[in-house]
Amino acid sequence: MFKAIITITFKKSILDPQGSAVHKALKSLGYEDVEDVRMGKHVEILLRGEEPQEAETRIKEMCSRLLANPVIEEYQVELVEVEV
Amino acid sequence: MKEDFWREMGLSESEYELIKEILQREPNEVELGMFGVMWSEHCSYKNSRNVLKQFPTEAPWVLQGPGENAGVIDIGDGQAVAFKIESHNHPSAIEPYQGAATGVGGIIRDVFTMGARPIASLNSLRFGSLKSKKTQYLFSGVVSGIAGYGNCMGIPTVAGEVYFHPSYEDNCLVNAMSVGLMNHEDLAKGFANGPGNPVFIVGARTGRDGIHGATFASEELSEASEERRPAVQVGDPFMEKLLMEACLEVIKTGYVVGMQDMGAAGITSSACEMASRAGTGIEMDLAKVPRREEGMNAYEILLSESQERMLVVVQKGKEKEVHSIFAKWGLEAIVVGQVTADGMMMIKEGEEIVAQIPAEALTESCPRYDRESKEPEYLAQAQGYDLASLPEMEDYGKVLLTLLGTPTIASKEWVYSQYDYMVGTNTVVPPGSDAAVLRIKGHNKGIAMKVDGNSRYVYLDPYRGGKIVVAEAARNLVCSGAKPLAITDCLNFGNPEKPEIFWQFKQAVAGMSEACRVLETPVVGGNVSLYNETKGEAIYPTPVVGIVGLVEDLAHVTTLGFKQEEDIIILLGITKDELGASTYLSVIHGLEAGKTPEIDLEFEKQVQQATLELIKKGLVVSAHDCSEGGLAVALAECCMQGKIGADVALTESIRPSSILFGESQSRIVISINKSKIDSVLQQLKKLQVPYKVLGSVGGDSLNIAGSGWKVNVEVAEMEEKYREAIACLMKG
Amino acid sequence: MKFGVVVFPGSNCDIDCYYMVDQILQEQVTYLWHADQDLHGVDCIIVPGGYSYGDYLRAGSIARFSPIMEEVIAFGKKGGLILGICNGFQILTESGLLPGALIKNRSLRFQCENTLLRVEQNSTPFTSTYSQHEVISIPIAHEEGGYVADKETLDRLEKEGRVVFRYCNEQGEITPECNPNGSLNNIAGIINEQGNILGMMPHPERCAEAILGGEDGKRIFSSLLEWWQGGAGR
Repeated sequence: MFKAIITITFKKSILDPQGSAVHKALKSLGYEDVEDVRMGKHVEILLRGEEPQEAETRIKEMCSRLLANPVIEEYQVELVEVEV
Repeated sequence: MKEDFWREMGLSESEYELIKEILQREPNEVELGMFGVMWSEHCSYKNSRNVLKQFPTEAPWVLQGPGENAGVIDIGDGQAVAFKIESHNHPSAIEPYQGAATGVGGIIRDVFTMGARPIASLNSLRFGSLKSKKTQYLFSGVVSGIAGYGNCMGIPTVAGEVYFHPSYEDNCLVNAMSVGLMNHEDLAKGFANGPGNPVFIVGARTGRDGIHGATFASEELSEASEERRPAVQVGDPFMEKLLMEACLEVIKTGYVVGMQDMGAAGITSSACEMASRAGTGIEMDLAKVPRREEGMNAYEILLSESQERMLVVVQKGKEKEVHSIFAKWGLEAIVVGQVTADGMMMIKEGEEIVAQIPAEALTESCPRYDRESKEPEYLAQAQGYDLASLPEMEDYGKVLLTLLGTPTIASKEWVYSQYDYMVGTNTVVPPGSDAAVLRIKGHNKGIAMKVDGNSRYVYLDPYRGGKIVVAEAARNLVCSGAKPLAITDCLNFGNPEKPEIFWQFKQAVAGMSEACRVLETPVVGGNVSLYNETKGEAIYPTPVVGIVGLVEDLAHVTTLGFKQEEDIIILLGITKDELGASTYLSVIHGLEAGKTPEIDLEFEKQVQQATLELIKKGLVVSAHDCSEGGLAVALAECCMQGKIGADVALTESIRPSSILFGESQSRIVISINKSKIDSVLQQLKKLQVPYKVLGSVGGDSLNIAGSGWKVNVEVAEMEEKYREAIACLMKG
Repeated sequence: MKFGVVVFPGSNCDIDCYYMVDQILQEQVTYLWHADQDLHGVDCIIVPGGYSYGDYLRAGSIARFSPIMEEVIAFGKKGGLILGICNGFQILTESGLLPGALIKNRSLRFQCENTLLRVEQNSTPFTSTYSQHEVISIPIAHEEGGYVADKETLDRLEKEGRVVFRYCNEQGEITPECNPNGSLNNIAGIINEQGNILGMMPHPERCAEAILGGEDGKRIFSSLLEWWQGGAGR
């Protein structure tokens, strides 16, 4: 069994209004040292399987087909093996 | 352990003894839990039922009065309107987004469970001062929650009111109303009829949300309430949209014997209420209830307040047809039991019996209390405050601008622009006028609706204030061209075990009842929310009314803005020297005192009927009632909406602040085409309604001339203050 | 002319679009259920507004995989007329029938208001009864209406005259102040290369009767009718 932890964020070229709003809010709370904030989605998928390579391929496929919109988003995948 | 347990369930010792008497044995934990929620104030109305008996509930056009999931009135052409208002105050104070969202979800279910397609939502909101960060957080969360849920459902949120007052600082009020449309033959009721008929649970799976939410709503808030956060349910409007479509479709098949949504007290309340109404019983196997969490016990399943679930009693033999409709919409529909003839709630888990209680014991046998009532001490002093010695202000224009910029009076566009008020393509009068009007497709008629409450009037004179709540709601409808038909009430008060609070409650209901009688708007359903207090401080007594009326011909639809140059402005009614209980007094002088304005219900009826007559005769260009802020604010609102000024003379000999800002009742400002002046004045004389011709529409400022004083304010300046007030504060 | 209105779980404005065609335009119309694969011989498909699949993951991201969308996509690729409104526009971008994407409004809030649009392109089947650069009023009601696309795509859209509606002011000027949601280049509606698929965020079906506040939206449908009756496209 594999657990995929996927982080989906807007591409750098897309203006992230939520990120900007959160950045402003943090600043108003006194955190002047915050340089930038980007908001994203966190997806956890439990995938049956034995082969890590295969699992990674499948997860990346899921990302490009459904989980992330390639026009505006990019994603990162972290794959760990878990006990059933 | 037993002693702690029944107390923990919110029951009193005498109630516990009564339960033992009814069952002729000790109840087990599960049974005590069921009694705890069903006998809570929220579900049983044990403290309020005897008082609510004062309400008139009948009329030839009432198809269903109080006692069902929603009230239903006939609107002709074989059509009917189902509507109701409900509170979700306690959850919203703890978790504003979900509290408000699930409040909206709950009331929508109450309407479609009757077989009506919800066509509009309304809400009444009250918070503390908008200057406080906490209020801004609650306000923003509640509005987002209402928007998030309602917009996703595709039901337009078309009207509402928002008030800010320190009294609500720790106890915000969120009252949500739903209005639905149906044909007479689609009316479905919450009756578990026909022993042998299968009982389905449909919709979402059951989880641990909101267990004891009903009990939570029946007590005061405290620091401990924060820890009770799990008691706030999380809503899924997408699920509810599917549920609504499926339920409406299934009702049309005719195979539904009875249906009820699961709200407060979940499966327990839906099942026993349906059985109790029908005089039957229900046998249920909890093992069959689809659940979304592991290891749930009987107690949890019975008391769960997971959202978006319905209980449906189906004609035996039609299970497959019903199941397939729910499946089409992607919803689970599981038979969990059947109707029985013995009047018992027989709850099993597999073979084991976990609870066995006569259905009526949970509903009818709940004791009713006639609480002690006593006139509060503050009242005499507050009413007797000497207003005669109040100084007059120097610059009335400035006062007017201040009032227009007060969040309670200011434009609520910041709020309603977050609501989709157009979906459904029926909204003829959107938010911003006196009432919302929806057209009925295929007919040249419409439904007008409004939600209206008041608190300061009731605080300073509950009986009179109660009368005004209903009168004002009806007045707003009339100004929109509608005949008021019926109301739903949401009564928000403090702890009823305190005699002063109970006195306020009783008096307010008495006043409302009288107004309902005179104005012929029976109460067809409603909700009581008590225990709205924190650390011993109660909210202002706040009865809220949701009112529905019929616009017989869409040509009668009237809005409040002035429309064209040279139209003549007429005030119907009489302006008296009454500054008591006014917003002016509160905002400008910091006083919550004086006498609530007088109200003569017969006179009010006269003025309303005259206005409607004139509207029906096509003689009225605009109509607006006088309320918060008095005549000056009413005129300002007419100018701002019409984007045009006015020149008026106010010649009363009472002091200027009363003329401008006093809140004398039964007054309506109309504007008419100048060519119609003779017919209008003739009509008014015939109907014996006192009036004053104030002046005319035109220019770009509101100019008010009095004896030795005047007001000159540019419409653009008023608009800026009015439109930006709330947005400015929310930007922080 | 026969119209089809797609219905997904969570669609809301399907009823409004149906009414619009049936009662206002008085043409044939049928619902197209998401799970079916039958287009019932329609001549124009409307993908309506609402919250298909609750807007979960991203608005329109799940709807695009519905069985009916297979047929809709094939229909569009063959030159069939498709009008995507609001959530419909979002679904069309997700399915690749139109370029770009719709993201959260700059205000981060849902916005229901009337907007002024300038008709940038009146040589499409959807806009032939408007005059070039006419200013019309059509309401919006959305939380994710900000149109975005990469520079290359935007340049192409502009160069090829495929921006059909832009948010403007009363004078017809395109300014940041009159942009309600942060859409790049004030874009409110675009058309595909072939010119048969239009996506727009404002709701024309809400604006087809005087009693509801205006009739500017009606002409999108009457343009379609006129174009169809003119024989073009058959």
